[in-house]
Amino acid sequence: MAESLVETPLLETPLASLHRELGGKMVPFAGYLMPVQYPAGILAEHLATRAGAALFDVSHMGQAELVGEGAAAALERLTPADIQILKPGRQKYGLLTTESGGILDDFMVANLGEGRLFLVVNASRKQVDLPAIEAVLPAGVRLNRLEDRALLAFQGPQAVPLLATLAPGVAALPFMGVARLEIAGIPVLVSRSGYTGEDGVEISVPAERAEALAKALLALPGAVPAGLGARDSLRLEAGLCLYGNDIDETTSPVEAALVWTIGKRRRMAWDFPGAGRVREELDNGPRRLRIGLLPEGRQPARAHTAIALAGETVGEVTSGTFGPSLNGPCAMGYVARPHAADGTALELMVRGKALPARVAATPFVPHRYAR
Amino acid sequence: MAELKFSKDHEWVRLEGGVATIGITDHAQTALGDVVFVDLPEVGREVAAGDAIAVVESVKAASDVYAPIAGKIVEVNAALPDDPSLVNSAPTEGGWFFKIEPADTAEIDALMDAGAYQSFVDSQA
Repeated sequence: MAESLVETPLLETPLASLHRELGGKMVPFAGYLMPVQYPAGILAEHLATRAGAALFDVSHMGQAELVGEGAAAALERLTPADIQILKPGRQKYGLLTTESGGILDDFMVANLGEGRLFLVVNASRKQVDLPAIEAVLPAGVRLNRLEDRALLAFQGPQAVPLLATLAPGVAALPFMGVARLEIAGIPVLVSRSGYTGEDGVEISVPAERAEALAKALLALPGAVPAGLGARDSLRLEAGLCLYGNDIDETTSPVEAALVWTIGKRRRMAWDFPGAGRVREELDNGPRRLRIGLLPEGRQPARAHTAIALAGETVGEVTSGTFGPSLNGPCAMGYVARPHAADGTALELMVRGKALPARVAATPFVPHRYAR
Repeated sequence: MAELKFSKDHEWVRLEGGVATIGITDHAQTALGDVVFVDLPEVGREVAAGDAIAVVESVKAASDVYAPIAGKIVEVNAALPDDPSLVNSAPTEGGWFFKIEPADTAEIDALMDAGAYQSFVDSQA
């Protein structure tokens, strides 16, 4: 067999046998075999999440702890987020940036108290991020990879009310709050957050208890399993970026319209990787900007579709789908800054035809996070 | 009702009264998932076997639909643009795509029968 044909075997999450039991259609994603959908299908799983509660396996994502005095300051060497301001019991979204001002990854960080930070990074980037973080750690701060933990997302307007029947403490968590709780006797770390635009939680659980937890959640009345397909259409309707599609090492936080993730203090000190580019783009405006797009009609425009104006290419779609809740197509992409204003009429070059679309504010479907 | 014939591109063909009705197979719609959009060819267009003449899009992906035989498009399913989910719910009935007046019905004879198509699908799994 030729060397080039030998593929790295796909990894499985602790829920792999449950996915098969539930009829999940397994596909490769970021080196893992993951369920893209269950028999109900992407449309039904998407709508069930917006209406009730759905369980997603996101155990492929990288989980780690940064432990020791000065952990927050150490992490700030790689991100423009203000980590030191993060109070115990709180989580925030941030970016890791490159020296040239691109985005190395996006991540969640929670302050667990006593000099302990909990990190969640993308599956496709954990082999890049975690060594990069280790490389900047001072003596006394260490990174623990939590490879023996699974991560479940339980999302939708009924997720927290249902979960509260098993773990009353969860109802008291504010949006982006984190707490150690027990669910059905299983010790977990819960954050009130997610990637769907809906209220809900992400639950970090020891791998050997993950299946028991998933079964307990799926036994709640109305709860359904949902796959990566619904996760993608939900996050896109919610205007949330997917690393590798909408942001990468070439896009800056300013171009990506993620300046809000840069801490105020950090914008005074300019002491993060890529600060020069960020500062220049904030002063003079970036060359291009990430925008939302609503195509006319029902035809979706997918990633890599050229965006044109009067026959001239002015940008590219980075994510596009049919939004089940919108009941219409929606997309994200980058366009040259003069064409980025909401309402601007543009053309999406789908299969050689110009599909009319308008620049639109995101989220396309309003967020319904806990207050 | 006439016997269905099948192409390797997962279309089915039903010849009745000299006109071939064409759609995508149950296997194809299952693989695609929820269909949300179809783009159909113009009536009157002359097509060659293998031409990509229609598009079917699900939430997750777009796929071409090919003309399994040569001929002239004589009708398209006007119900599909408004209710693309017919492709999922009734792939070989209400979810048909277009009708072709065949240039040569021998092309239809040469397509797979149900048993051969099932073996073909199984061989691809």
